[in-house]
Amino acid sequence: MVMNKIRPYIMIAPAITVFCLFFIYPIGYMIYLSMHDWNFVSPEKTFVGGSNFKTLFSEREFIEVMENTFTYTTLTVSLTISISLLLALWLNRQGALYGMIQGAIFSPHIISLVSVSMLWMWLMDTDYGLLNWFLNLFGISNVPWLTDPSTSLLSLVIVAVWKGIGFNTLIFIAGLQSIPRDIYEAAELDESSKVRTFFKLTLPMLSPTLFFLTVISLIGSFQVFETISIMTKGGPINSTNTFVYYIYENGFRFFKIGYASAAGVLLLIIVSLLTIVYFRILSRKVHYR
Amino acid sequence: MAEIKLVNVSKVYKEEEVISNLNLTIRDGSFTVLVGPSGCGKSTTLRMIAGLEKESGGEIWIGDKLVNDTPPGKRNIAMVFQNYALYPTMTVRGNIEFGLKNKKVPKGEREALIQEISEIVGLTEYLDKKPQNLSGGQRQRVALARAMVKKPKVFILDEPLSNLDAKLRGQMRTELIQLHKRLGTTFIYVTHDQVEAMSMGDEIVILNKGEIQQADSPMTVYHDPNNIFTANFIGTPAMNILDHHKLIDYMPEVNGDVKYVGFRPEHIQLSLAENKDPHSIMLQSEILTMETLGSETIYTVKNEAGVMNVKSVMDPLYDVKHVHVIIPFEKLYFFDREGERNRTVTIKRDEPVLVKGGI
Repeated sequence: MVMNKIRPYIMIAPAITVFCLFFIYPIGYMIYLSMHDWNFVSPEKTFVGGSNFKTLFSEREFIEVMENTFTYTTLTVSLTISISLLLALWLNRQGALYGMIQGAIFSPHIISLVSVSMLWMWLMDTDYGLLNWFLNLFGISNVPWLTDPSTSLLSLVIVAVWKGIGFNTLIFIAGLQSIPRDIYEAAELDESSKVRTFFKLTLPMLSPTLFFLTVISLIGSFQVFETISIMTKGGPINSTNTFVYYIYENGFRFFKIGYASAAGVLLLIIVSLLTIVYFRILSRKVHYR
Repeated sequence: MAEIKLVNVSKVYKEEEVISNLNLTIRDGSFTVLVGPSGCGKSTTLRMIAGLEKESGGEIWIGDKLVNDTPPGKRNIAMVFQNYALYPTMTVRGNIEFGLKNKKVPKGEREALIQEISEIVGLTEYLDKKPQNLSGGQRQRVALARAMVKKPKVFILDEPLSNLDAKLRGQMRTELIQLHKRLGTTFIYVTHDQVEAMSMGDEIVILNKGEIQQADSPMTVYHDPNNIFTANFIGTPAMNILDHHKLIDYMPEVNGDVKYVGFRPEHIQLSLAENKDPHSIMLQSEILTMETLGSETIYTVKNEAGVMNVKSVMDPLYDVKHVHVIIPFEKLYFFDREGERNRTVTIKRDEPVLVKGGI
């Protein structure tokens, strides 16, 4: 009898242990650290209460970081989703050509972000880059892609969109293919125009896919790190410094562990809130079959 | 209302001709059923009439208009799909209304139409529900309502009852027949179920491998089949078809080209005693299986001529192993080498029949 009651707990114990050790404990420890002053090496951690958070909001640089992150996320998510959707609508048909294009735009997804960053650094080089060479052909003068504060964040968005659309398009195509063909035929018999069919049938039926992809790209873009670390290091003049990179710099370059943890806690809260709000508001409009 | 005419229509899929030179006239106001085994081209024919499939050749006329290049929405037809194809994102009202909105029918008129139609099909209380919250039969009604509300010249129904359970199917069958009477519109109905075809259609078109085998009224198709395919396809159990030479010893000579002889299972009589009727074939047989269906019994019997089905409305013959089957001459159908019916054959009746006995 006793054994029967305990057995389920024993069964899930390994999973729970791993979950606690690598998920719950680090979060708890981060919250603990966010209330202390610590330089990563000294044995002493001084308790400072909420002062790390206070500094965070009074720091001009951090406000910029927040702005950058929001701009980056908004642009990346909206561009990735809309371009992917358009591509999916175009590529959702039979034919060798379409298969090839689909494969081609998916390939960035399997390349490591480090390689992608290196590649785009070369493409976007102001003097020797392929992009500027191409623009020069049309008489457009050199664009300082990564080296000017006004274009640097946008350049990173371009890289993220380029890397992201393949995967998103693939999922969108899968979503489109799950819509029964006879519904479109019925719409055709009902004299529905192409645009009306898209907005009245395709889009609502694609809403679970749209919702899923938006949530994961939202969370992903909020935590952008690799491209920034390799391509711009947050510069020039802080113009591409985003949340995670800011945490990394403060924590592991300036060794302000407590301060970085406070920023980490804030990131956790923001991402959770965003997700919850998104789920609450939009899930009601999502049509699940 | 409109007559539909298919003139030399053909359809080729990747070099494979699924329909070749189909000529068919569907009478105005008729309930025409296209029936045939799967892959016979019945759905393709239907979809070409609807405009969902482009014909590879020939002409399709609806009324006095050549519709080859008319888009589906402009053909003045409505279609009910096999799995209904309701718009899952819209309510029942939305589903019915969608076509009207696209046609820019004013709101007041729309409301009146929806009221009228939903009353006919009994959907009034479900108007604000989504299709996924409805039962199979109710979805079927929504599909019908969506078709009816457009007041089309032609109704096209593609196996609309195949997703329903047996009881509901029977009920919807009756309702569809009544609906056809009430509307008086041309109905084209596709099914693979010959019972459905027989019970609903006033005109049956039997298709096989993209070719029309016979187009006639249900009773004509049943009693006067054009060929072995039709004879076999219509009727349960199917007509018994035997090689003529296997029966040659049991029946008088016939004049004409005969390769096969057929007879319906219900035209066979079973007799325990030997019966020397000069106008019948008599075969001593062994009962292989017996299916008692209540009102009737189906036997599979084996004799010198082969294996055949017998349908009998008499009480089941329990514990009987050997019987005589008696097939009247006038119930025999004759077919030639190609399986085509030979209607000119006559039996030389007065000639004595040499009956071989025993198994």
